[in-house]
Amino acid sequence: MTDLAAGLAAYLGAQLGTDVRVTELRRLAGGASRETWLFTMTTPDGATERLVLRRDPPGHVIETSRRHEFLLLRAAAAAGVAVPRVRWCEEDPAVLGAPFFVMDYVEGETLARRLLRDAEYAPARAALPEQLATALARVHAIDLHGPELDFLTRPAGEAAAVELGRYESLFRALAPEPHPAFELALRWLAVRMPATSRRTLVHGDYRVGNVIFGPEGLRAVIDWEMVHVGDPLEDLGWLCVRAWRFGADANPVGGLCDRAAFVSMYERAAGVRVDPTAVRWWEVFGNLKWGIICIMQMQTFLAGVKSVELASLGRRTAETELELLDLTEGA
Amino acid sequence: MQDRPTARELLTAVREFLEADVVPALDGVTRFHARVAANVLAIVEREMASEEQSLLAEWERLAHLLRVDGEPPARLDSLRTAVRGLTESLVRRIREGETDREPFGRAVREHVRETVREKLRVTNPRYLGG
Repeated sequence: MTDLAAGLAAYLGAQLGTDVRVTELRRLAGGASRETWLFTMTTPDGATERLVLRRDPPGHVIETSRRHEFLLLRAAAAAGVAVPRVRWCEEDPAVLGAPFFVMDYVEGETLARRLLRDAEYAPARAALPEQLATALARVHAIDLHGPELDFLTRPAGEAAAVELGRYESLFRALAPEPHPAFELALRWLAVRMPATSRRTLVHGDYRVGNVIFGPEGLRAVIDWEMVHVGDPLEDLGWLCVRAWRFGADANPVGGLCDRAAFVSMYERAAGVRVDPTAVRWWEVFGNLKWGIICIMQMQTFLAGVKSVELASLGRRTAETELELLDLTEGA
Repeated sequence: MQDRPTARELLTAVREFLEADVVPALDGVTRFHARVAANVLAIVEREMASEEQSLLAEWERLAHLLRVDGEPPARLDSLRTAVRGLTESLVRRIREGETDREPFGRAVREHVRETVREKLRVTNPRYLGG
């Protein structure tokens, strides 16, 4: 048994007041900034449960972000969003080398290409637009005012200006070469900033690829790492970013449906009216943000992290540039 | 001067080896990364074939837009530096709001679109469709 499995078994045993065994521990792909491990827990009565461990990579500066993710998942569950049930959270890095939490394993698929291509997922393709709209409306209804979420900073000023300023600063600090297409997009965005429609919790990375689905449809919303307080329309725009369609461009919303259909479903679920012009602004911003994230990933490679995948992302920036030109031309 | 195969021919040989033999023999995340690696080599092959001609065309467009006289540099590395310098001037003019006025704005957008399409012909020709 590995050190991690032994440490985990001791911790879980102490939480449950019994001996437990931890087996089939394996690391799941994805997530460079934190680790995700799947394992099986067996109690003395022979009962087994499949669970997931999320922890910061050991050696990271001490932070409490696992506690924040734990609290967000619990708040989302209370608001009726399908999420993995969170079980235990431990901030003491002495226990497993870094802060972590444990949640239920949700069986299913996350690969967007399989969702959009495989015959098996045809029912999921039909069900997901409504399910994604309903779940997103619930995300935006999460109560921000309780003490549990008081760690979320509340930005001063208009959400559009705050987010645009944040990513423009990152772009100026990180891009090693000039990008006229981004400069044109930044000007387009700066003179058309929408007023904040509402101030809610924003998931920040809501897209196909960050949900677990089965053949029948949505099972859980995951990856709550980019949550912030802002304009909920940011999540609608991000869902329309071209990169998340994986070539299924006839259906702008994640390769699944058109914009107007999704906006109506969201309006019905949230009980609000949505300005499509403002959603379009957030979609342009989303494509720019993804282009800047590609540059950030490439810089991680230049800084010495050996990864052909990170290296190749630098050359995907041009894809977002073309999309920005197409979206802003004559608009 | 080196003997055959040329650098491009060598790259092609390695990429074809990755695609035909390595990718099918792997699975999981390593298989995915081998496919990414083959794709990266394909990018380099296309870039080596077209770089000089693309840079010359880009220099001509920028010189016309920014009213720069003279001839493009003859050496490839000087040409790269010159295109970068002109693009930095262009970026300054966009930030100062000059592209808000026509017909300069339209001319700049046309140049930027052609430059982005040229990048995509190297990095991901399928993205351009058709």
